Amino acid sequence: MSDVKTPMLDVRDLHAFYGKSHILQGVTFTVGEGEIVSLLGRNGVGRSTTAHAIMGTVDRHGSVLFRGEELINLVPHDIARKGLGIVVENRDIFPTLTVRQNLLLGVKNIRKAGRWSMEDMFELFPNLRERADVMAGVLSGGEQQMLTMCRTLMGDPDLIIIDEPTEGLAPKIVAQVASLLEEIARRGVSILLIEQKLTIALKISHRIYVMGHGHIVFEGVPDDLIHDESIRREWLEV
Amino acid sequence: MLEITIFSLLNGTVYGLLLFMLSSGLTLIFSMMGILNFAHASFYMLGAYFGYTISSHIGFWPGLIFAPLIVGVMGALLERYALRHVHKHGHVAELIFTFGLAFLLEELTQFFWGTDQQAYKGPSLLDFPLFTLFDANFPAYKAFMLLISIGIFLGLLLVLTRTRVGLIIQAAITHPNMVNMLGHNVPFVFMATFGVGTALAGLAGTIAGPVMGTYPGMAHDLGSIVFVVVVFGGLGSLAGALVASLMIGIIQTFAVGLNYSVSDFLVTIGVSFPADHFLHDIWTMTLPQVAPLIPYLMLILILIFRPMGLFGTRET
Repeated sequence: MSDVKTPMLDVRDLHAFYGKSHILQGVTFTVGEGEIVSLLGRNGVGRSTTAHAIMGTVDRHGSVLFRGEELINLVPHDIARKGLGIVVENRDIFPTLTVRQNLLLGVKNIRKAGRWSMEDMFELFPNLRERADVMAGVLSGGEQQMLTMCRTLMGDPDLIIIDEPTEGLAPKIVAQVASLLEEIARRGVSILLIEQKLTIALKISHRIYVMGHGHIVFEGVPDDLIHDESIRREWLEV
Repeated sequence: MLEITIFSLLNGTVYGLLLFMLSSGLTLIFSMMGILNFAHASFYMLGAYFGYTISSHIGFWPGLIFAPLIVGVMGALLERYALRHVHKHGHVAELIFTFGLAFLLEELTQFFWGTDQQAYKGPSLLDFPLFTLFDANFPAYKAFMLLISIGIFLGLLLVLTRTRVGLIIQAAITHPNMVNMLGHNVPFVFMATFGVGTALAGLAGTIAGPVMGTYPGMAHDLGSIVFVVVVFGGLGSLAGALVASLMIGIIQTFAVGLNYSVSDFLVTIGVSFPADHFLHDIWTMTLPQVAPLIPYLMLILILIFRPMGLFGTRET
């Protein structure tokens, strides 16, 4: 394996359940400080469940260490306050609140300035500035995606989990998302990127994990995956 | 007629805003937690009884402060230590739980205070007519009820729309999981909302007890109207609760004040029926007689023509 930095997030033998369905069956992986790590796989293999199991919103057992501290018994808001942030797949914006109010709700501690200010967000995405006082529910899909990412960044996470950020977006917006991810990494935030397609993962990731049937079935650097056609065919291609 | 109009409007507004104090808590709790709290009006009853007991020992004003506080703390504890656990078993279990709780609280009230109406009096400070119009007095205490209700409404509006806590509550109503994952303690927000909702019901009871009576059936009498209000306004809508409360309050008060029947109307257009006509009893039924039915008639009509309520967004 390539140069794995000090594990910031260390997930070991993670199991997760939806009712009686055993979705994650012993998932193990790490994300280092300042790393961009991608978790790939087809629909239904448990990628989003992994994200929710880390954040504590599904029944789970196993171990999730964040900077050496066990999170498995913590509730979601405490996990978020340890320095984790998530951008969920279905872009859960608050539709009846304005763009500005959505961003304000991302802030965990109003007394402490984080890496990101609202001004930063507006500079990165001028569209959001123009529409700061309109209801978030009327934004386009691309703008909503930007808003959810910015909202999570306002909480100043040290590690951000981003689930399918490019799903359904126009190519121009996908490029914007990719450059935001690189900007996030530049500011020292680790990223766990969850993708089905290889839209941006191969370009920006330091390391890649592939999931299949609730397990990790491959780990390596992007080059390894580019050259391993059998893995791509068996676990990624439709 | 002018006298009836002015007094019915004033009294209807007092009654309507009192209904809003109850329905706002009920609708907030429902929209946040999905709990249709059948025991909500029981907290209104407890507010009146606690207010009565405290006022008979240390005066009305301490009762006005402490009774709602005690009721609010009881509500918060109920959410934290009972409803949160019942919630895991689904909404049916919650419904049955709150339904049973309403009976339990009524029985307990009778156990401690008896079945008779209590002599709960308003403060002597407000025991005077504020103004006299057409030889009728408008009591200062009713104006005080009006002021408190308007104050509560404005306070709620300010907290919900102008504060960070209000934003968190608004977002948690529709996306509790997401708000939780952003680092906000949603379970605590739920408990606090439940506490504030029940405290508002308690406050409504504390101020209404002296004028509407403090007796064990008061929860049952007002509880069903409050449910009509939240369904009519739209489950989960505060604006709907306000409009429906005022509508029901004013319509019901007008109906009580207007001593007319269908036959009176028919006579004015020259139609009359003999006294032995088989529909005679219906023609001659007066508005005050049917006044108690009006909210339920409104409930049925809204369920037929607009099941989501005036301001509701979902068909629940």
